[in-house]
Amino acid sequence: MELGDTMNRHALSLIDVRKRFGQTKIINGVNLEIVAGERHALIGPNGAGKSTLFNLISGRFPVSSGSIALNGSDITNKEPQVINRLGLSRSFQITNIFPKLSVFENLRCSVLWVLGYRYSFLRRISALRDAKESAERTLEMIGLKDRREKMAGELTYAEQRALEIGITIASGANVILLDEPTAGMSRSETDTAVELISRVTEGKTLLMVEHDMGVVFDLADRISVLVYGEVIASGTPAEIRMSKKVQEAYLGTQIDGDEE
Amino acid sequence: MLSSGLTLIFSMMGVLNFAHASFYMLGAYFAYQTGLVFGFWPALFLAPILVGVVGAITERYGLRKVHKFGHVAELLFTFGLAYVIEEVVHLIWGRAPVDYRIPESLNFTLFTLFNTQYPAYRAFMMIISVGMLISLFLVLTKTRIGLIVQASLTHPDMVQALGHNVPRVFMLVFAGGCALAGLAGVLGGNLFITEPGMAFAVGSIVFVVVVVGGMGSLVGAFIASLLIGAIQTFSIGLDLSFIDLMGVLGVVIDSNSSWYAGLSITISQTAPVLPYLLMVLMLIVRPRGLMGTRES
Amino acid sequence: MERVFNKSRLILWGSVALVFALLPLLFPGGFALSMLSQLGIAIIFALSYNMLLGQTGLLSFGHAVYFGLGAFMTAHAINFVEEGAFGLPISFMPLVGGLTGLVFSLFLGFVTTRRPGTPFAMISLGIAEMVAASALMFTTFFGGEGGIVTDRTAGGAVWGVSYGPQVQVYYLIAVWCFISMALMFVITRTPLGQIANAVRDNPERTQFIGYNPTRVRWIMMSLAGFFAGIGGALTTINYEIITAESLGLMASGNVVLMAFIGGIGQFWGPIVGAVLVTFLQSALSNFTQAWLLYFGLLFLLIILFSPGGISSLIAMHGPLWRAGMMKRLMPSYVSALCSGGVTLIGIIGVIELLYRGTLLVGVHVAFTWIVAGFLVLVGAFFLRRAIRSVAQAWEDLSPDLAKWS
Repeated sequence: MELGDTMNRHALSLIDVRKRFGQTKIINGVNLEIVAGERHALIGPNGAGKSTLFNLISGRFPVSSGSIALNGSDITNKEPQVINRLGLSRSFQITNIFPKLSVFENLRCSVLWVLGYRYSFLRRISALRDAKESAERTLEMIGLKDRREKMAGELTYAEQRALEIGITIASGANVILLDEPTAGMSRSETDTAVELISRVTEGKTLLMVEHDMGVVFDLADRISVLVYGEVIASGTPAEIRMSKKVQEAYLGTQIDGDEE
Repeated sequence: MLSSGLTLIFSMMGVLNFAHASFYMLGAYFAYQTGLVFGFWPALFLAPILVGVVGAITERYGLRKVHKFGHVAELLFTFGLAYVIEEVVHLIWGRAPVDYRIPESLNFTLFTLFNTQYPAYRAFMMIISVGMLISLFLVLTKTRIGLIVQASLTHPDMVQALGHNVPRVFMLVFAGGCALAGLAGVLGGNLFITEPGMAFAVGSIVFVVVVVGGMGSLVGAFIASLLIGAIQTFSIGLDLSFIDLMGVLGVVIDSNSSWYAGLSITISQTAPVLPYLLMVLMLIVRPRGLMGTRES
Repeated sequence: MERVFNKSRLILWGSVALVFALLPLLFPGGFALSMLSQLGIAIIFALSYNMLLGQTGLLSFGHAVYFGLGAFMTAHAINFVEEGAFGLPISFMPLVGGLTGLVFSLFLGFVTTRRPGTPFAMISLGIAEMVAASALMFTTFFGGEGGIVTDRTAGGAVWGVSYGPQVQVYYLIAVWCFISMALMFVITRTPLGQIANAVRDNPERTQFIGYNPTRVRWIMMSLAGFFAGIGGALTTINYEIITAESLGLMASGNVVLMAFIGGIGQFWGPIVGAVLVTFLQSALSNFTQAWLLYFGLLFLLIILFSPGGISSLIAMHGPLWRAGMMKRLMPSYVSALCSGGVTLIGIIGVIELLYRGTLLVGVHVAFTWIVAGFLVLVGAFFLRRAIRSVAQAWEDLSPDLAKWS
């Protein structure tokens, strides 16, 4: 744990977060501090609770105990949309888009709240120049410009993954959570995705779950290792590589090291 | 009983069957028809089986096809089916009630309590209903078939891989739920009245029972049906109006006042609304229902 | 699709307005006029329903509640005007209905939209039952069995319009129908309309882009209630009597049929459905007692084979039309139509015979039975083959179509 930073330098800070499903303890007192502006990777064997932790941070599930703060303000057990409005945006491991809207509409939806249009039914959406421009920018960024009018449900898997990231970053949130952005991708698709992620998270705080160690060591400034619902190590990629505890956890249990 | 059949189908398949009350009606009509030929006792067994067969056909050639379009399509399908069944009943048996009666052998008074005669047939109904519920519960939780059924619902792919025919399991579950409704129809049809409107009359109250009891909970449905039955019986018995109530509180309303008409309603007159009111209250206070576990 | 009011769309809406204006001149008869008035009301109602089902993914079985309450409130409002309690020209009475629908759907929607999907459908049904049962209870407001009677000429003539003749009522309905259609269309092209589609597709994801799906559903439901109320008010003005039937389950079920048969995927789908259902209802119910059965069967067929409704069938052919490939489908379509027609006649024969079976006996009846049964079997046999050839024709087309677009 690297403590001693002031609260407001932390984009995210988790204090003793726990989660039980019935009798099963999934998260066992996680303390984690994500410094503003860093790219942080969360790794660990399958079933360690990485996705659950994401769901707790983003408000999808309530925590059993502990507290979570975003940019210094408490977000513990707030509703997902409230957390999102405070500047945290996340993607999903299983593609989670709006299948019957066009790619462009998917992205435009994602910026409406931030631009202050809320539930308005007094303005024409096509006249909202800022929403349109913002969506076009994201469209360009994720490289789906020629798929603009296609229904999102009809895209290829890799394109849907890119759109998933696009929806996540479109609103310009400063804290981004990506859940296995490269899962199920081929080598070349992964390279494209890594390049995309590093580009779109420029100047933002990124927390990502990832199984592909290549991706992790390429992207991350710091890494935390989650095993059985506890963070057993946190540090720079070099530190993690050297850590005895991590080696024990991975090699000792013979669970995946490189790829899913 | 009816609601337990509905709950079975819903909790097991995640399909809400709007036509459920129609299967109840079919049960009553089939019992009437087979009863004419074979008598009541064979009909008691034959009619539910026939309804089950109709249910199986519905699942096989209807529901299974719409399944891929999602829950809304399934709901709408059963909704349309309810229309069609009602009309087919019109077609075959006409619009007037049919003469489906309680069998002579059960048509006597079992005992008399506080001057109220308790007919033997009601006791017979109770015994069969409770018996069915208990055996259903045992079959689902204790036997191998029950295990396969439950597993198919949570992990259809896995069970399929283990060599069981999952679509057939679904079909049988649906047929079973329909047969239960049919049995309820056999028993209820002669006690109340067997007519084309009976599905409509009973259908919505079954829904209330399921919502109040909690979706997918057999026990919840059972408790809720008792609760709603009790509320209705009590409120019908109370012949007080709101004006009487206010009179007790010392407020006298002039019969010329414009409020008079609204307040002169007696509690017994509100009886039909109470179950729905209970449902709405339940949804506000506890959206899951009494014993519900299933969200959304 | 970028601008709401581009040129071709203006022309489209202009011609709709023109058609509305010219229809009574083409069909001046009394029956035709009342039919047209009924159509206008049905269109508003079906479109408002589709704001729920098609746009927000809410399957409601109680939409007639807002329609009916709007109608009753309007009836009372007109009666108050007659008594001189306050003045409001009849032309603006639909606002009373709309606001009533809005208030009730705001209130009831708050309770019901907390849960989507199947629970919502059940709850909407329960609420509909509750209101329908209350309607028989509060006889002062709902008028019991007899309903509430009004006089649409109550306010006296304004600018020479007294609403005595049916044609004036038709134009009132047409104007409100046009306004409502345009407004509802515009709503689909607003941030709210877009987000409602997103909520329909994937409610969970909308939470993670900052929206509260429950709130979106609530707003959409309130707006739908508003338009349903306008439709209800127009019914009151049209018939001058309103009974508790108009807010019952049958009415709610009817609008589900309209929207779904027409198709919920296109904005104009429910319009097709409303016209078709209303028209067939009054036409068929004159000829046969079994018209509800025919409707039920049509409905089931659509769910089974074309869940997008009639409008999606039409829309499907749009690209083909533009590519000029329609004629390649024609042979298979013609054979499907012929065999389908034969089957249909056979089925109708069987159904009608069943209905009248108790009355007729004799040799010629037996003969009719055999003919009807024969038609069904032969028709079904050829229909199966025709359907296969239609599917084949489509398959043959698809590579060419992909190339073309």
